[in-house]
Parts: sequence; structure tokens; C-alpha cells
Amino acid sequence: MAEKVLMKGNEAIAEAAIMAGCRHYFGYPITPQTEVAAYMSKRMPKIDGVFLQAESEIAAINMVIGVAATGKRVMTSSSSPGISLKSEGISYLAGCDLPALVVNVQRGGPGLGGIQPSQADYFQATRGAGHGDFHLLVLAPSSVQEMVDLVFKGFDLAEKYRMPVMLLSDGTMGQMMEPVSLEAGKINEHDKSWALTGTNCERKPNIVNSLCLQAEELERLNVERYARYKLVEENEVMYEEYLMDDAEVCIVAFGVAARVSQNAIDKAREMGIKVGMIRPITLWPFPKKVLNAAADKVKAFVSVELSMGQMVEDVELAIRCKKPVLTCTRVGGMIPSTEEVLNKIIEANGGAN
Amino acid sequence: MKRVTIIAGHYGSGKTNFAVNYALEIAKSGKKTSLSDLDIVNPYFRSKDSEKVLADANIRFISSDFANSNVDVPAIPAAAYSVCADKESYSVVDVGGDDRGALALGRYVPEILAEDNYEMLFVINCYRPLTRNAKSTVEVMREIEEAAKIRFTGIVNNSNIGDETKASDVLASLEYAKEVSKITNLPVKFTSVHHVLYDELKGKIENLFPLRLYIRQTWKAE
Repeated sequence: MAEKVLMKGNEAIAEAAIMAGCRHYFGYPITPQTEVAAYMSKRMPKIDGVFLQAESEIAAINMVIGVAATGKRVMTSSSSPGISLKSEGISYLAGCDLPALVVNVQRGGPGLGGIQPSQADYFQATRGAGHGDFHLLVLAPSSVQEMVDLVFKGFDLAEKYRMPVMLLSDGTMGQMMEPVSLEAGKINEHDKSWALTGTNCERKPNIVNSLCLQAEELERLNVERYARYKLVEENEVMYEEYLMDDAEVCIVAFGVAARVSQNAIDKAREMGIKVGMIRPITLWPFPKKVLNAAADKVKAFVSVELSMGQMVEDVELAIRCKKPVLTCTRVGGMIPSTEEVLNKIIEANGGAN
Repeated sequence: MKRVTIIAGHYGSGKTNFAVNYALEIAKSGKKTSLSDLDIVNPYFRSKDSEKVLADANIRFISSDFANSNVDVPAIPAAAYSVCADKESYSVVDVGGDDRGALALGRYVPEILAEDNYEMLFVINCYRPLTRNAKSTVEVMREIEEAAKIRFTGIVNNSNIGDETKASDVLASLEYAKEVSKITNLPVKFTSVHHVLYDELKGKIENLFPLRLYIRQTWKAE
């Protein structure tokens, strides 16, 4: 029998989490991420794990905080409106310096929006996933296999830096079926001396809390946290380059937009246009250095997004506006077609080809 | 051939695509044919993607107005009742995945049983993670039967790993299908394969059924 299995993105997220040692999942159903919860509900009871459908997204994220405080691997998943509900709890996770994996299988918004794919939660994930000074480490897979790999990576990074990690997927990525190899990644041991595991009257109790009423102390905690974020920015940036060696036009796209873009690039190359792609895998930290370096070589960038144009701001910041950045966007559940991306490439290349 | 053919199975097993291809096959023989989409679970990748192909083949397609739309309403159209009422027409029924999806079928079961002119096919795929072996596959099957209150009459072995499926993967799945057949005492009615593998496997597998893919995958190159 083949080594590979055929999985939906949402199932792959759930199975990878289990393989990565997650035995606690709390969630609330919402399209298009429901298969994550459905899969967990079937698998967790068989492996002595906890699947709990909470009464709301807010309850679920607070349950996540509880398990995270004990140092155990824990995950929740939702789709856009549900993530908004979880955002208070996500801020608490950050304020408590707790590791956890939060999955967002995005749908069109704002408000209840629709149920078809979207990337319009880019700002929310990379900027405002809750109140206060904090960052989420944001991972953006563009294949079902990469979902598996990034779930492993996500749990590891969350523990390494004691911070919540978001896997930012979308309806298409969650629903598409692809062959995957479910090989268990290495599970690194990280220091968990901070965890609430019972003192046995042998040590001072640990305290996990995000409340701090002394201004000097709260400032110190924020500064310390940002020193950790600096390490993340220095060490954990991930991206993939595609045909960038001789590229004169650079596409920036993540997730499903990168899949469409790659098809468009192949077509443009057949037409003789030198175009490549830098695909951010971490959206925070954003691959600023490689983009800035590319800006010295290419004549223009195209940001391809399933939003009105959000990541484009990060691209412009990264390249210090040295070169023009065009956008190719579809929203509301629509996906840019290969032809639409191709036309933008031609435009960025200087018009009719 | 029975008048009603119900297609059910674990979600992601390839039910919808088999149902569309099967309906096209019936229509090819000149019979009046309909395809009913009873999926109340998954709003993505529905038989609605195949609407044009079905219309061109003169197949009556019955599906919720909300399928493939932005409305998250698990709905079945009133016209689905024609599965039972229109006795002139051969009906293929595409049921949603797992026991949850099969619930919707239950509403039509008393009449389907009363008419007693149906076949219910269980679509299986050993390359899906929750149906890797015969035992777990039969578990899913029993859950579906329990939810829909009707028994399967045959098996469709649709074992595949998407684009990467090789003829050897299909051949390797035959033993699994046989075991499911043995446990359930149901015949393997078809082994369905992507049409590009058909010639390679012809003669090696009984009742080989070629499939064309009609589900839209917008992120793929044409």
C-alpha cells in the first residue's frame, strides 16, 4: 500500500496535531473548518484524548488557556467570525506567555460574510488578533502536506517562544484533498518549568496570569516579551522562492493565492516573461529581508491576495517603496484566476507582451 | 439495473464524482435519468460543479439552491422527492458523507424500501486516513446504515490518492476491497479508476469503471 494517504486540509491539521502530541482540542463548529472538529471528535476518544465542543468560541479559547497553563499541547480551530470571538482569549494567551495552536480556516467577511475562501483576516492575524502589545506567530500553508508540516512546526515554535501560534488557512486549503505523507516530525523538549503541574509541596507555586496592576512591572513584562519577538524575527522567518534567479517581476502570495500564482508564472514564462515568486510561509515574522533584496533586482512586485489588498502594505514596507507594488485581488469567496494573475504580470512587466 | 441507485460512503471517498459518472453512464443508454444531491454536510466541491455536464447529457439535476453558494444552509429541495415519485426516471442519489450526511436520506427510505427497486452502493477508499483497513471501513458503513435506516447492497472500490494514484495503488487495494466484501457479504460491484489508468488496468480487474473528474479545482492549472 502507498505510503501516502488522501486527506482534506482540515483533516490533515487534526491528524498532524494528534501526531504532534496534542491530546486536548476545544472548538465550536463553523464552516469551512468543521472537519477539524469532526475529525477530532472521531479520533480523540480512541487515543485517550479530549475532544470538547464548547458552548461558544469564547468558552473554547478559555479552555485552551487552561490546558496551555499546564504545559500540555492544546489546539482550537475556527473560521473568521469565530476567531474574532476568540481574540480576547488569544490576547490572554499572549499576556500569560502560553503556547497554543490556533487555526483559522478563513472565509469571506466582514461580519458573518460568506462561507467561501478568503485571506481577508491577514490584518487580524498579523496585527490585531486581540488587544495589547503582542504578536502571533502566523504560519500560512499552501498545500495539504505543508499543513501537516506546519502544525508540527507550530507546536514547536509555540513552546520554544512561549507564545500562541496561528495557522492561517482558508476555505479552499481546508477543503481540498491532496496526497500527504504522515510522517511524525521530531518533537523537541522545551523548558516547561513555568507550567502548573502541582507543587507536591516541593517548590513555590507557579503563577500564570495576564493581570499586572503595577505599571513598572507590566512595562518590564512587555519589554521582555518583545525581546523574545526580536529573536523570532531573527530566527524563524520562512519563505519559498520560485524562479527568482533571473526574475524581473516578483509575485508575493501565500496560501491558495500562491497556488494560482505559480500556474500564472509558468504561463508567463512560456511567453518569455521573467517572473518569479516569493511565497511567505511565516506572515509574522514577514520575510522582509529577502523582499528588500529582491527590490534591488526586479522592476515591480505583484501582491496576489484574496482580500482587498492587505499584505501589500507589508510588501511596500519591506521594500521601503523602492519599486511599484501592484495588486491582484478577489474577495467575498472568489479566487483570482490564472488569467487575472497573468494579466497583472504582463502589466507589471511593462504592458503588452 | 435497479431504478434507484443510492451512493453513500465516508466523506472524501469519491462518492460525488462516482455518482456523476454513474448517472452519465445511465443516461448514455438513453434512459430518462436524474441525479439528486442530498449533501447537507459539505458546502464545497458539490455535484453542482458538474451542472453543465449533466445538463448536456439531458440528466435532470436536483440540488439545493444553496449548494456551492455563500449561504450555509443545510437544505434539500422539494424536488428531491421525485426520486420516489417519478417512477419513469432512473435516479442516482448522491448522499452526504458519513452517518451525518446519511441522515438526510432517511426521509425517503420508507418509500424506497416499499418500491423495492433500489441498489445502495458503498464507496470505499483505503487511502483515506479513517478507512485505511476493512475493519474501520465497515464501522463507517454500519454507522451510515444506522443513520439512514437502509442497508447497502454493494461496494464500489474507489481507492485512490488523488493525482498521484498509480495502477499499482489500485491493484494493491483489491485485497482490501475483497476483505470488506467478505465481512459484509456484499459484492464489489465496481472498481472505479481515473480514466487515464483505465487501459493499464483493463483485463486485470473485474467491473472496472472509468471516471472523469468534474469537480472544479480552481487552484490547479488547466
